Parts: sequence; structure tokens; C-alpha cells
Amino acid sequence: MHEVILSAGIDIGTSTTQLIFSRLTLENRAVSYMAPQIDIVDKEVIYRSPIYFTPLKSPTEIDAEAVKDIVRREYAAGGMKPEDIQTGAVIITGETARKQNANEVLAALSDMAGDFVVATAGPDLESVLSARGAGADALSKQRRIPVANLDVGGGTSNIALYDTGALRSTCCLDIGGRLIKVADGRLTYVYPKIQALANRHGIQISAGNRADPEVLYQVCRLMAAQLAQALHLTQPDGEHKGLYTNSGKMLADQPRVKAVTFSGGVADCVYQDQPGDVFRYGDIGVLLGRAIREDPDLSRVERCPALETIRATVVGAGTHATDVSGSTIRYDANLLPVKNVPILKVSAEDEASLETLKASIAYQLPLHMPEGKIEQIAIAFAGEKRTSFVEVQALAAAIIESAKEVIDSRFPLIVVVENDVGKVLGNALNVMLKHEKPVICIDGVHTANGDYIDIGEPVAGGQVLPVVIKTLVFNS
Amino acid sequence: MNEKDLRAIIEQVLSELGTSAAAAPAAVQAVSQAVQSSRVEDGELPDVTAIDIRTQYLVENPEHGEEYAELKYNAPCRLGIGRAGARYLTLPQLEFRAAHSAAQDAVFNDVDEAFVEKMGLWTVQTQCESKDVYLTRPDLGRKLSPEGVETIKAKCKKNPTVQIYVSDGLSSASVAANIGDLLPAILQGLESYRIDVGTPFFVKYGRVGVMDEISELTGADVTCTLIGERPGLITAESMSAYIAYKATVGMPEARRTVVSNIHRSGTIPAEAGAHIAEIIKIMLEKKASGTDLKL
Repeated sequence: MHEVILSAGIDIGTSTTQLIFSRLTLENRAVSYMAPQIDIVDKEVIYRSPIYFTPLKSPTEIDAEAVKDIVRREYAAGGMKPEDIQTGAVIITGETARKQNANEVLAALSDMAGDFVVATAGPDLESVLSARGAGADALSKQRRIPVANLDVGGGTSNIALYDTGALRSTCCLDIGGRLIKVADGRLTYVYPKIQALANRHGIQISAGNRADPEVLYQVCRLMAAQLAQALHLTQPDGEHKGLYTNSGKMLADQPRVKAVTFSGGVADCVYQDQPGDVFRYGDIGVLLGRAIREDPDLSRVERCPALETIRATVVGAGTHATDVSGSTIRYDANLLPVKNVPILKVSAEDEASLETLKASIAYQLPLHMPEGKIEQIAIAFAGEKRTSFVEVQALAAAIIESAKEVIDSRFPLIVVVENDVGKVLGNALNVMLKHEKPVICIDGVHTANGDYIDIGEPVAGGQVLPVVIKTLVFNS
Repeated sequence: MNEKDLRAIIEQVLSELGTSAAAAPAAVQAVSQAVQSSRVEDGELPDVTAIDIRTQYLVENPEHGEEYAELKYNAPCRLGIGRAGARYLTLPQLEFRAAHSAAQDAVFNDVDEAFVEKMGLWTVQTQCESKDVYLTRPDLGRKLSPEGVETIKAKCKKNPTVQIYVSDGLSSASVAANIGDLLPAILQGLESYRIDVGTPFFVKYGRVGVMDEISELTGADVTCTLIGERPGLITAESMSAYIAYKATVGMPEARRTVVSNIHRSGTIPAEAGAHIAEIIKIMLEKKASGTDLKL
């Protein structure tokens, strides 16, 4: 078995908008006489759009029509129709995510890009997708060291820390190349947090000032020093905490970062000095890149080349957002795709006994009933211990008993397990519910509370479902 | 042994060694002390079969031990188990012999009759009269005994959509380890697809090919045998399902679909059962099996 599916990635960032198409190759890695085990074995970017400036109607509003035009044009240029695209993700990143119509633009784009091109946002996911696009996860696995990717864009710096291939931590700071804008030798915009940072170090800058490369380089050095603090290479100073986006948290201080990769629009200026006019992009990106490269603390860890720099996030969205479920699962194809379904996770502790499992589901269900009515949810747990037929029956009965609101609602019962018991559990649910309740029961998918899941239409001869797991949408 | 016997033996040994018999009393005393001071302890030796060899890494001072151990975790292979000169270390040697013994037991032991009953099955036998005949005459393991034919005719539902039966094959241990999860999972899966199932039973001394005769006898559309696999040194509990659409005696082997490696460290039996139920469903839809059926 060998099947290729097409995936789209769209990134609408603070400064740039990009699109890619990629090919994901699915293969059954089990021999023919065993139960199938289908995995994505190859990912290849087949089309990269030019890099557009993100069209804005006003400082607080995205020009939705202009963004749609870009997408339409690029689909034509890449020779793709939305119906050719089986999976993918649109991500709104950086400052753009804070625009007032971000949600609508995201929804509209995900609809027009393909049936199962999902809407994603949030600094955590942005950190993860850019790091995977940059290859930090693969590098940390190959070298067996903790690697951080710093995606330094126009509005934010998204950091993800990987250790031997596993994600350890993410964070996001308001540090970016377009937080100070320059036109005709003058500053046209200074982001308040950066202005405050400079002020506290005795540097006065505000919009309208002459753009002095020396002064702005000093400001960029302060910004670079904040990135070194974010990686725990130096002690955080008084200003550091305030620079996290949405009052977010710092990166975990363990494991210690051994190597870094850079992505985002500023990355190319980090890896190579860009001679010529430092203000040619109308911002401080070139100077910030230089300041990061020259920062003595950031230089104490190994600097590794990134697989993608300015396109890391869009490549991450187009090639790394999608996963596939386990290969022995139960679903009703008529119900698919389902999008943006919140995860109700039963913790490993609560899973220990069926009583606590039931209590956990019953306790969490009302959180998904904002007006007393149930919304579509997915019940998730590891399912590590209950693998015998009898135990699976008891588990199914416990789910049915505790998720009565879901059973009685018009929504299908969606269950997401990690361990390979999806099909037998799905069958048990189906039979116990007398074939009357639509059930989607998939396995091989890891989730956390607060995640959202999107489940696509079957691929690989119906044996697996494409799955996108998203951390909190707009966690502002 | 009393002291007199002991003395006689010691004197004999001493004289054979050419030593004077005068040394005998001292020797007798030393030996009887040694005998008295030996004690039988009430301890237990660790069970070598309890070790998960995927997590066992015994190489001393490895260059990349962590990576090796991680790779090794993917498959239960006997690698990275160290060596003593050109030989196995003691522990891997014991594990190897334990695995070999388990494999032998799986082949030579019979399935417990009480277990067969507990599963709600009754037994028919092939033309093999004993394990020895079974092992030496594969042809007889493919034919039912005349009593077996009569029993099936009398007890089995006629022309079911699916006929399932269990057989010992080359591993009785596999039947005991898997059927409790595998069989009900298949039955439930078929129930979830609303597919009708015949009367399940147990075939003693069965080879895969006997399913063809059973298919003809019951008139089932699909026949599925759950049979113990020839044991290896990784597991003695592996089971296979051989499934065929309208199997007939003498049909090509290529018409059988197989799902193998069903055991707790392979495809777990409950999930395998659900998978097999779906294969049967597809088989009924496509009216084909084996290489004719593209899954």
C-alpha cells in the first residue's frame, strides 16, 4: 500500500502571508499478513508561493478579500483545486492573530482552501509548527540533545524546545523585526513594549524620530539579550516577564538548551550578515538579526542551520500539522470530517479505576455545556491498561454511563484513545448502544486537556483518518 | 547415609589415593560437619521468563548504549545482550533455554479441556490419534475423523454466513492465551455489523487445511479458523486467523487470507478480533478472499 495525499499550508503572519502545497506519502509498514500499520513515511513540499506582505485594511483589521485573492491566485499558480486537497492547516500567527477579524478570516480561509484544511492559531502551536518546519525536532532527535528553535518574525518570537525528538516546552515573546518600522529615514511605528524596554536602558525612541542605525542597533541588542534570557542562558531581568505574549509563561528551564536553530523572517539576517541598507525592509529586521548573531550569550550555544527559515511556519502547517490515526479503528464515514472539537481528557490518574474515570467525565462534561446544552466533544484517554475483551466492555459501559448527555445529544460519540484498542472499543460502544448511536472511536492519537481535534475523511483505503491536534485556539 | 557408610567410603577413597587410614577419623569429622552445615533455603530464583527482552540491554561500556536500547525497544530481538568471550552470558543463555522449553511445551501439550468448555466450545478431532501422529502426518491433520464429521453435522447451524472455529495447531499455549479475548471480540465485531455467525467449536490436532472440509460441511459463506502458530523463541503464544470465502477441499492455498502475530506483544487479541470481523465483512461484500481480495 502506497498512497499520496495532498496538503496545503497557509500562514498569515504579522508581516507576511505565504502558502505551500505538500505531498504526504502514506504506507502500510506492517507486512501483508499482519494487522495494518499505516504511517506518513514521506513529506515533500511541492509548491511554495512567493512571500506576500499581509494585506491589512487598517492597523486592527485584516483585508480579508485581499487575503482570499492571494489564496485563489496561488491555488491557480500551484495547479491545485480545493477539492484536490485532502488535508492541511491555515495558521494566523504573531500580531495578526490579535486583529479584530482574525477569527472570521481564519474560518473563511479554511473553508475555501479545502474540506479538511483546518483553522489553527495560538502561540504554542505556532512555536511547534515553526520548530518542526525548521527541523529542530529532527535535529534534537538525531543529535540527541536539547534544541530550541527561535522563530523570530515580524511581531513575535516563538520558541519551542525539543529534546531527543520530543517537545518539552514552548513560549512566545513580543520580540520581532517589525515592532519598529522605518520609512524615509524616520521611525513610523514603535511597539510600546519595545519603547519601554529601550527607555529603561536610557534610550529614548518614538515614532517620528530620525532612524539612527547605531541607536536602533542598541535597542536590538536589548531585544537579543531578552531572547538569551528566555533560553535561560542568562538570568531574567526586571523587564523580561512583561515581554511574554498574552502574559504567557517562560520556557521550562530544564533541559538546558545545547543548540539553537532560527526561523522566521529575521532568521536569514541571523545566519548571514545582510550588507547594504539596513532599513530596506522598512523595519529593524536586519539589525535585529545582526544583534542576535553578535549576542555573546546566544553565541554560547551551538547555532545549527534550519531546514526552513522564513517559510518554517507555513511548511510546518502544511506538512507537520497532519497526523494519521491508528489503522484499526471504528468510524462512520458519513460523519466526517469533524472540525474544532474540544478534547475532554481523562487524566492517567483518573483512568486508574472505572469509578474515577466516570467521575472525571461527569465532572468535565458541564464545562462543555455553556448554555446547559452539550456541544460536540471528544472524550480522550490513554487506555494503556484495559486491553482484554472483558476490560474493554467495562470501559465502554463506563463511558456510556458517564457521557449520557453526549449519547442523548444529536452529536456523534467521539472517543480518542492512545493505545491500540480503538476498533474493539468502538465495536463494544456500537453494540452496547444497540447500533443506534453514531460512534467514532480512533486510536494512536495523543492529546491533552484543552486541545482541539480535527478528524478528516478516511484515506489509505479507509483504514486511517487524518487527524490534526491543536492547542487552544486564540489562547488570549 | 549413616556415619558407618560414610566412614567406609572415606576409607576407600583414602586408600585409593594411597593415603594412610589413620587420617580417616579427621576426614570423617570434616565431611560430616560440612554435610550438617548445608541448609536448604526457602528462597526463590528470579523468573527469567518475566524479563521483557525489549528492555534488556547488557553490553558493557557501550559507545551508544542509550540509542541502541531505544532502537531495541521496537522489537523483541536477542541483540545487545552482551557476551562472555565467544559465548552467551549466563542470563541470556537461561532465557534462551526457557524460551525453547516454552516452545516445546506449546507444541507437545494439549489444550486444557476445561478451558475449551469454559469458552463454550465442544471438541471434534481430526484423523490424528495422538500428538505424534499429528506431528508426523500433516495430511491426517487436514481431515476430520468420521465421528467429528457426524458431530459437526449434528450440532452446527447449517449454512451460516460465517463459521468460526478454534484449533490447537502447533501451539496449545496460544489457544489458552488468546481465545478468551479474540473469539468474543470477533463475535462482537460481527454483531456490530449484524452478520450472522454459526456454532463455534474446537478442533483437536488440527492443521489449517481442515477448514476446507468444515466449510463444505457447514455450508458457510466465510470460514475462519483461529489456530496456534508454530512457536518461536520470541513467543510461544502467537495465534493466526486463516479466513476464506467459500473454501472447498483442494482449493489453492492462495485463497486464504491470514492475520498473524496475534498475541499480547503483537496485535493484541481483542483488537485483532475487531480487525478480523471487519475483514470478514469486506470478504462478504467482495465475495473473495486471499490474493483475490484486496484489503
